[in-house]
This record gives sequence, structure tokens and C-alpha cells, in this order.
Amino acid sequence: MSAIPPTPLRGLLLAALLGANGALLIHAAERGETLAENEQTGGATTVAATGRNAFSFAAANLDDAERTRFAVGNSFFRRNWVEAPSSTAARDGLGPHFIARSCGGCHVQSGRGAPPDYAKPLAEPPVALLLRLSIPGEGPHGGPRPDPIYSDQLKTLAVPGVRVEGRVTLTVRTLHGRFDDGTPYTLRQPRFGLTGLAYGPPDRGLMIGPRLASQLIGMGLLEAIPEGEIRANAAQQAAQPGPVKGRPNEVWDAFAQRPMLGRFGWKANVATLAHQTSAAFVGDIGITSTRFPQESCTFTQADCLGAPRGAKGDGPEIDDRTLGDVIFYQAVLAPPARREPDHPQVRRGQALFERAQCGACHRPSWVTGDSPLPEFASPALKGQTIWPYTDLLLHDMGGGLADGRPDFLASGRQWRTPPLWGVGLIRDVNDHQQLLHDGRARGVLEAVLWHGGEADASRRAVLKMNRGERAALVRFVESL
Amino acid sequence: MKKRQMLHAVAAAMGALVLAPPLRAAGAGIDAVLRQYAELVHASYADSLAAALALQQQVQGFLAAPSSETLRAARQGWIEAREWYGQTEAFRFYGGPIDDAKGPEQRLNTWPVDESYIDYTRDRPDSGLVNNPKAALGKAALAAANIRGGLENISTGWHAIEFLLWGQDLSETGPGDRPADDYVDGRAPHADRRRQYLAAVTALLIDDLRYLVAAWAPANKANYRARFERGGLESLRLLIIGIGALSRAELAGERMEVALNTQDQEDEQSCFSDNTHRDIVNNAIGIENVWLGRYRRRDGSLLEGPSPRDLVAERDPAQAERTTRQIAASIAAAQAIQPPFDREILGSRSAPGPMRVRATIDSVLAQAREISASAVAIGITRLNMVKPPGKP
Repeated sequence: MSAIPPTPLRGLLLAALLGANGALLIHAAERGETLAENEQTGGATTVAATGRNAFSFAAANLDDAERTRFAVGNSFFRRNWVEAPSSTAARDGLGPHFIARSCGGCHVQSGRGAPPDYAKPLAEPPVALLLRLSIPGEGPHGGPRPDPIYSDQLKTLAVPGVRVEGRVTLTVRTLHGRFDDGTPYTLRQPRFGLTGLAYGPPDRGLMIGPRLASQLIGMGLLEAIPEGEIRANAAQQAAQPGPVKGRPNEVWDAFAQRPMLGRFGWKANVATLAHQTSAAFVGDIGITSTRFPQESCTFTQADCLGAPRGAKGDGPEIDDRTLGDVIFYQAVLAPPARREPDHPQVRRGQALFERAQCGACHRPSWVTGDSPLPEFASPALKGQTIWPYTDLLLHDMGGGLADGRPDFLASGRQWRTPPLWGVGLIRDVNDHQQLLHDGRARGVLEAVLWHGGEADASRRAVLKMNRGERAALVRFVESL
Repeated sequence: MKKRQMLHAVAAAMGALVLAPPLRAAGAGIDAVLRQYAELVHASYADSLAAALALQQQVQGFLAAPSSETLRAARQGWIEAREWYGQTEAFRFYGGPIDDAKGPEQRLNTWPVDESYIDYTRDRPDSGLVNNPKAALGKAALAAANIRGGLENISTGWHAIEFLLWGQDLSETGPGDRPADDYVDGRAPHADRRRQYLAAVTALLIDDLRYLVAAWAPANKANYRARFERGGLESLRLLIIGIGALSRAELAGERMEVALNTQDQEDEQSCFSDNTHRDIVNNAIGIENVWLGRYRRRDGSLLEGPSPRDLVAERDPAQAERTTRQIAASIAAAQAIQPPFDREILGSRSAPGPMRVRATIDSVLAQAREISASAVAIGITRLNMVKPPGKP
């Protein structure tokens, strides 16, 4: 997979224009023309950023009006919603049930939420980790069938006068193993349950899927990968010998009002950022919107149903324009540039990554096309050669990682290949590097060791590596 | 002429002049500018620390004998200290000591504060760490509670102190009006805990400022300043990112465009004290300090030396002059904003208040463009002239 080389012509033209017009200078600078080719994780959107704010920058090639929209969207992403009635009508309507008061409460600094400390008993409800719920059978539009009482996710907080739905329980199993060179390792496997349920027992067939809040860089770029290209890649995988057979998820999209290829969420169970954001507003914060006008109270939750609505009366608690700004904000969050791509250890790790066939699913590169919902995206995202290291397809990852909870076409053993860009900066931004859907893996290497099913051969290849090779592999992944 | 030929011709005509190769350590140029910057940063944090120590004295006086007079003195101490801290925000946004992975920025200056996380509010008389006898209120405990479980769960820093001194801003015309009796046993619940909180959170602020002063202290071979001064063009790039990001992302975007858009009091930085207009002015001054390599210290003395402006002026005097003028225009525009800011943002776009805020935004946006252009003139192009949002 090779990126489009920067043409010398383009550079010269820019140089000429730079001299002619001061205003254009800025654009050249912001487009990162001088980032080296192999640093440009997100093409011209790439920002050269590390540290606390590494996941918080707007795409480098946005114009001024878009930057203003980004700032407004960020404000509503980050700041708390409050329960109705309140004096701050701009952000009123929290709950009745909820798990967080803002998007940023879980996606801290637009980064990755921290899972509970798996070395200790659970002291308080996990914030950035939610439990998806469903029961056997098919729900609306072919999606999961919600529990009749607790709906599709457990809400661990509530406004005054409304009971919380219940509490999360946690047990952790420790597994031991060895690399082929004898080095021991331990893995932790959390299991979640429910207790203290306020509205009676759930359905007997209840299935629980833990989900950790992910970093949000490059979301709009992933959304702009042409659907046909993703499907073609799936067909290519199917045609090849070997175990890797990625499958697209097909999910209902509330904005497009049709089934679409799933891209977001741990099981590729959401097609667009607009749907993801609006569903999270109502599901996680209790903020209704035009496409999701109903609070998630179920019919037996009388206190929830009777709680006061937001200040806007019967209208949605977040208006279309503000919601659009929050979606736009996420769509244009820039992937940070790669760090030290030419370091010998990184180069060595890259070769090992290729040798272990990691790239079969963690596909390095794509070229973006049109955004599916242009009103929530920027033309600046189009036509970029990006390096997310994902195929956005579902893969059977084996029993160890399975949550046993299907979601649209995804089985209980299938997960979407998560992008690897920015993985090495999570520590900078969020003070941890807990990976996988429930944050069980302490860093890249443990995450690799959880790979089974279609990825089992890659895991075995890594088990064969010596200490230096393992370190190089991790360093390469963390450079992305 | 074919397109390709034309481009070559244009490039040949202009290329040599416009390609602006990066400054090599030509003479003492860059290194001297970096040294002056480091000196200025250190002096700014030292002044901020000195002003915070004065605030601490006023706070201690107030806690020893709470009255409306001692409370007024403590509030005055806070407002005076903010004058100096506000200027230091020009040293953020490039992963330096203030906001690298270990930096105290989130502990020092996060906003907006969810008041009910700290203390009672009008609607929640029992809320907050102050009113929860199980919550520890030492420096370490308050630091651990900061931004826990939500970005507005802010327990520390300037704005926590501000809330403890002023209380909620429920007045349309003035700031918050917390009674001194909140700190008197028998007159308000948990007055002892409130005293303990205010003392600890003020001490924590001082610890963090000391840390920053040390990171920029001279004659230390192992601190950040030593590495920064050796960093050449890369350090110069960081310096520029700091003032560029503060201009575009923070000052124009986060502080003013969002507030103007929502017209919501929650969107002003120092909402309890109604001091937001000074936050804006001091940020603008901080940018000018860096650009001119010049800083008027708390004791009135003037620190002056080689500046980024000088480097740009060597290459492109007109560009340097435009940047200097635009930065000055932003300060003037910001000074015209009338307090309280939460009233200033209300009304139609053509009302006087929003017009004054808009004019400041426009000037700061223009200034961000001039800073970018200046950077390019000296061969610095990897700029994230964007926002680290989030952080206040």
C-alpha cells in the first residue's frame, strides 16, 4: 500500500503562491506540507501534536468558519448538562436516567475513558465503561432486542427523585501464560454483572456487553472511506486462503433512514457519526433530539417517565444546530502525526508487524471520498490518504475476547478491527493505555495476546518473538 | 504555455526569494531569542507566584477573622493575582511544563466549574465536597478529586478559589455575593470544612506555581528551560505554537466565539467574580509579551531583549510590522470590552456589547493569521494553529 507521493510541482506552486499572498501562507502551514510523507497519519488534516492536547486539535486544513463551528461543538461536547428545571437553559435536560453528564465525561480530552481498576473491587459506578444490554431475538431494524425493563444499556445515575437502574458488579479472572522464550505474562479477564436492580429482574436471557469510550481522532476520515472500497476489501479477504474473513456489518441509520455499512462502535454497529452522537446523547446523557425524541425510560419506570422534561418543553433537549456542531466537532478532530517513523526500532517493528500478518485486518491505508452526511462534515476531509490501520470489518476474535452478545450482523465472537492511529498517545492524553472493548489489556502487547479466532496465527507469531522483537513491534504500533 | 512550464517559470522567478529556508543558527539570533523567552517565562511565573503568595496572605487573614472587609481583601488579592497568571497562558499549548503529560494546567485553571461539586448552590444546599463530611480536604485529596468523573468536576485551581470567595453569580449586574458568614462556625453549615478547603486549595495553587517557576529557573542544567534553550528552531516553533493556539483556538474560539454563540453565562471564564474581561485582556498582553520579547514586571521593571519579531523583521520587515500592529489592535479591542462579560455578550449582533466582542474576535483571528505568516517567513511551517479545546 503506497501513499500518493507529494508532487514536486505542487510544492513549487505553493512556494510561488506563498510569496504572492500572505493569506495563503497560513493554509500551506496548516496543511502540514512539511510534515514528512510517512508522518501524515491523516493526510492534510494531520496535526503535529503530542501531550495532553494531542487528540484535541481540529484538522489542520479547516477554514476559519469551520474552526468556529469546531469551538462551539467542542463546548457542547465537553460541558455538563444539568437536570431540568435549571437556570442554565442552554444545557438543560440531563437524564432522567444517565451514565454521564457530558460527552467529555467519558471521552476525556476527546480521548479514551479509563476503565475501572481491575486490581481492586469496584468502588463506584464505572464512568467511561458502559454495559450494553439485550435479550435473544431481533429488535427494531434488525438490531439487538432490548431488555423490556432496562432497555439497551444500564444507566448507573439518575436525577434526584428517580432511582438509578442498578449497579455494576465485577469479577476478574487472571490467566497466566508464557512467550516461547519463557517470559511469563498474565492477563486479566473481567466479567460484569448487575445488582441492586431498581425495577425488578431483567429478562432471563439478558446479555451484557461492556464497552469502553474510545478516542475520537479521525472519525470523520473513517466515515469518508468509500463504502465500496470497504466491501471490496471484504471480498478480497474472502477470496484469499487463510482464516482472515472480515465481514461488513449492516446497520440501520436513523439519519440516512436506511441500512448502511457499520463503521463505528466496537462491533461496527453504527454507520454514521450523526447517529452515534445522537444515540449517545439520549442513551448516555438523557438528552433527546429530533431523531431520538424519546427518553429511554421503559414502561415500568414510572419515576423516570414522570420526571420533568428539559426547558424547551416538548421540543428536543438539544436543537438540531447545536447537535450538528457537536457532530461536526468530532468529524474534524485531527489524527496526530506519527512520531519517529524512521527510528530503526520502529522500522524493525514495522517489518515484524508485516511478518505477523497484522496488516491483514489492521489495513494500513485508505483514500477518503465524500462524507455520507456532508452537513456534518468538512470538504477538507475528502481525498486524503489516511493511515488508520483498520479494515472496519468484523472478525471472529475467539472465545477469550467474546462477549456473547450479537449486534446486527456481528456475532458474540466478532469485533470490528479498531484503528491503531494514536494508540501511542493515549498515555499522554489520558494517563493510561488500557485497550480492547473493556479496557482489560494493559498496553499493546496484552491486547495482541488476546487476539484469537481469525487472528490466532498472528498471536502465535508474536509469542515466538524474543524480547527485542516484541519491544520493536510495540514501538511501531505506538508510533502510528 | 503548458501548465507545468508556467509553474516552473513562476517558481523560478520567485522560488529563491520565497522559499525561506529555516534559520540556521545564523549568528546568535535564535538562541538569543530563546534565552530571552525563557527569561520572560520565568519572570512571568515568578510574578504569578508572588501575586499568589500575596493572595494566600489575604486568604489567611480572611480565614483567621472572616468579615466582609477581610473577604473583600481576599477577593482583591485574587483579582490582582489573575492579572499575572493570565499573561502566562501564552506559554501553553505546546506540551511544555504547564501542559505536558505531567503539567498542572488542569489543576490550575480549568473552567467552567460545576459549583455543586465544590459547595452548596442555590438549588442544592447540601451539595459539594465541602458539605460531605466523608470527603478529605487536604491538598492531595483535592488534587485527586479534580476532574474526577466529569470534566466540570473541578475541585482545584483559580476558579475553585474564585467560587469559594465569591459564590454563585446570581446577580445580573454584579458578581457573586457569598457572605463572609459562610466561613463562621455556627452561621453556616460546615464552615470549618469550607475554611479547610480554601486554605488547602490555595496552598495547592502555590505548589503548582512553584513547580512552573522551577521548570523555567535559570542555571539549572536539568530542567525544561535548559532543554528548551538548546532546542533551536524546534523551540522557536513551540514558542510560536503557544501564541498562535492561544490566539485562534483559545482566546478567539473558546473564550469569545462560543460565549457569543450561546450567550450563556456558563461560557465565560471567570463567571463568579465577573473578571472575564480581564482574562481576555491579559491573554492578549501575554501574546504581545512573547512577540516583543518584552515584559513589564510586577515590580514595574521592564524586561526587554531579542524577540521573535526581530527574527521576522530580518527576513520581512513589513510582515513583522503587520503582526506587531495587529497584536496591539487586539489588546486595544479587548480593553474596550465592558464588564460584566455575561451581559456584554447579550443582545443582537448589532448591539454594542456583541459588536465590541466581535471586533476583538476579528482582530485576534487576523492576529493569528499574521503570526502564522510571520512563522512561515522564518521557515517554521509545522504549526497547529488550532485549538486544544478542552482545556480551558
